[in-house]
Order: sequence, then structure tokens, then C-alpha cells
Amino acid sequence: MPLAPTPSQTIGPYFAMALPFPGGADLAPAGHPDAVTLHGYVLDGPGAPVPDALLEFWQAAPDGSPAGAAAGPRRDGDAFTGFARVSTGEDGHYALRTLLPGGAPYLALCLFARGLPHHLFTRVYVRPPGDDPLLAALPAERRATLLAAHDAARPRSYRFDVRLQGDEHHAETVFLHFGGAP
Amino acid sequence: MAANGPARERRETRRVDGFGEAPAYVGVVERRPRQPPVPVVLAPGAVELAGPLFGTRDVGPFDADLTRQHPGEPLGERITVSGRVLDGRGRPVRGQLVELWQANAAGRYAHRLDDRRAPLDPNFTGTGRCLTDDSGRYRFTTIRPGAYPWASHPHAWRPAHLHFSLFGTAFTQRLVTQMYFPNDPLLPYDAIRNALPDPDARRRLVAVYDPDLNEPELSLGYHWDIVLDGPAATWTAPASVPAQGGR
Ligand SMILES: [Fe+3]
Repeated sequence: MPLAPTPSQTIGPYFAMALPFPGGADLAPAGHPDAVTLHGYVLDGPGAPVPDALLEFWQAAPDGSPAGAAAGPRRDGDAFTGFARVSTGEDGHYALRTLLPGGAPYLALCLFARGLPHHLFTRVYVRPPGDDPLLAALPAERRATLLAAHDAARPRSYRFDVRLQGDEHHAETVFLHFGGAP
Repeated sequence: MAANGPARERRETRRVDGFGEAPAYVGVVERRPRQPPVPVVLAPGAVELAGPLFGTRDVGPFDADLTRQHPGEPLGERITVSGRVLDGRGRPVRGQLVELWQANAAGRYAHRLDDRRAPLDPNFTGTGRCLTDDSGRYRFTTIRPGAYPWASHPHAWRPAHLHFSLFGTAFTQRLVTQMYFPNDPLLPYDAIRNALPDPDARRRLVAVYDPDLNEPELSLGYHWDIVLDGPAATWTAPASVPAQGGR
């Protein structure tokens, strides 16, 4: 018989004293020539920036393997970790440095914020997704919320905004549920 | 608190039948998604079925003892909090990072947004981390945090609680939650814990006093096991559940 899970509780406003760590936004080894920037804004329903969100990213290495180097608060900065933890600034902006994943064309994203009773999972597609079954099942306007914008004029930069709540003019980011209780 | 703190959070609660005057936290209205999450069946090898690795170098010698992070002794009642991190099948989650943050004995956080009228303790920061051992066990030494007021409804005080952050072997098992203390008279009135509609789920957030964890003449022991949800690395989806579009 499965054990009943420990329920989630809101992260509250004070996680910033404990969770962010130096280098948490660097998945790519220092000075790596293929490093790209992934950045964007976290916005609420009316479009206001969310200054107290924590974003965690997990992705495959460039060769498609899932393993990364030790990813924690005392990472050494010269190996690919696969994991990033970054909080938003006063303007709701976040940025991280990474290497494009091989294999699965996306970064998994887990987002926490004051005011969310439960964290939110989504995906950031940074490469052409091919016949990805999740994207194929979404209506076009919702599918677009999972695709990082890539401007050919800035080949090393990808933009991904998270809209926690949609309205008639803005599509809400697609959030995901992986089994177990939502 | 910041200008958009308590005033906004006042709108975050609603009453729930069966809890008398105790409301339930529903979050900041403007931040809550309107659409239900889209169910995804993860194929073996999916990115989300693995997770970050942590190592002994990620944890320093005083990270798990919050009473020894400053030159002097912190004020408050010393406690030892320990338990096991398990997956849904009862298997230990080994070598994973457990993080903790909390208020001091006076119920104040060492954070710039907490400026209420209660003393800071120069010998207490209130953050810790450790790795689970081979049986999935974590252990912290700290002080019992104080209750603190929270402007969600009149006379609301948060019961004493520890904020916990946990990783499993799969990214899907990520958990941030709060641990409470047994027999706290504030528990029935707490909007945050009452956000859980299931009384059993609320109970699972309350530690048990465990004299076997006491350190003689030093600390009182509390036992709290944590079970991570979500598909673990060996979880297999029923073949009849397809990935679906936005409902
Ligand atoms: Fe708290």
C-alpha cells in the first residue's frame, strides 16, 4: 500500500534567506563557448511582475544524458550541473546561463512564489520540438506559451516569460501535472 | 513586510465549512492559474524522471546545526528534528538535499521584509541544510521558532513552524512544505495549514514529540517523516492514460 504523501505548503515570502545560492543561475561551466542565456519575466494576471518567485530548472546535458555534476549550493562552477535555481528580481526578471540540452528539447521548470499554495511545473522548449506529444496535444495558442523565443539577431539568447494567469489578451502559461494528486 | 504584503494577502483567504472562524489560504488571487494543469505521462527516460545530484561538499559542517552558526548561543528552546525522507513505496531517498528556514524564538525572520516588533537574535540566522543518509534520514539541531502574526484575518497568528525544501530522485518529486509542532493551540486557526481540505493531510504536517531524540539536558526531540509524491524513477504510467491537451 503506497504511503500517503506529505502535502505541499506555500513557500511564503522568506525563502530568499535560505534557498538561493551563489552560482545557482549557472548551469554552464564558467567561460564555456557554447553557453546561452535563458531569461524572461514572471508576470501575474494583470501583468504585474512577480518579484518573489523562485525558478528551478532541470535539463539534459548537451549529449542528451540526464546526469549532471553535483548541483548544489557549493558547486564548483567548472562542470555542467543540469540544475539551476534562480529568483526573480524586483522587476520580475530572471536569467540563467546554460548549454542547450541534447535529446529532449526542453528544460523542465519548477516555479515557486509567495502566494502560490503549490509549486507549478512547466517546460521551456529551446530547440525545435519535432513531434513532441505534449505540444502536439495542445491548441496552438497554448502551445506557444512553452516555446522560448529566439531572435536570430541574438543567437545566444532565449526568452521565456511565465504568465501565471491569462486573460482575454494573454495566454496563460501551460502548467503540467505528472501523476499523483494535482 | 513590503507595501504589497499583508494588504494583498488579506484577500487570499476564504472560509471553509467545518473550520469555524478559521479560513483557508487560497494564495494571491492574481497569481493563481485559471486553467487546470495539463496531465503528462512521462515515458521512461523522460527528463523529469531524473533529478539533480548533491554531494557532501554541498553541505558545510555547521549547516545542520542552526545553534552553532554564530559565536554565541541563540535564545530559545533547543530542539532536535529528525525523520526519514521516503518515496511513496516506503523506499528511503538517499543522499538528497534537505533545506530548512525558520523564524527565531521570538517569531521573527532574519529577512529584510520581516520588520515587525520582535527582536532579532544576533546568534541565530534560521537557515540550515543537510543530506539524507543511507536510510533516508535527516537531522537538524535548532531552536523552537516562535509564533508570529500574519494579517490574513483578524487575530491570525501562524503556529510555530519550520519551512522545509526537499528533493527526490525525480524532479517531479520536488516538495516545499512546512512542519508544525504537536498540541499547538494555534493549529486549528492557521489559514496556511487549513488550505489542505483533507484532515489527514493536515495531520501529516505535524511532528511527534520523541524523547528518544532528546539530547540529554540540551534539546527536545521531534520526529517527522516526509513522503515524496509524484512518479519516482521506477514509476510506470498506465498505458491507457494519454497525454492530453488544455482542458
Ligand atoms: Fe513562516
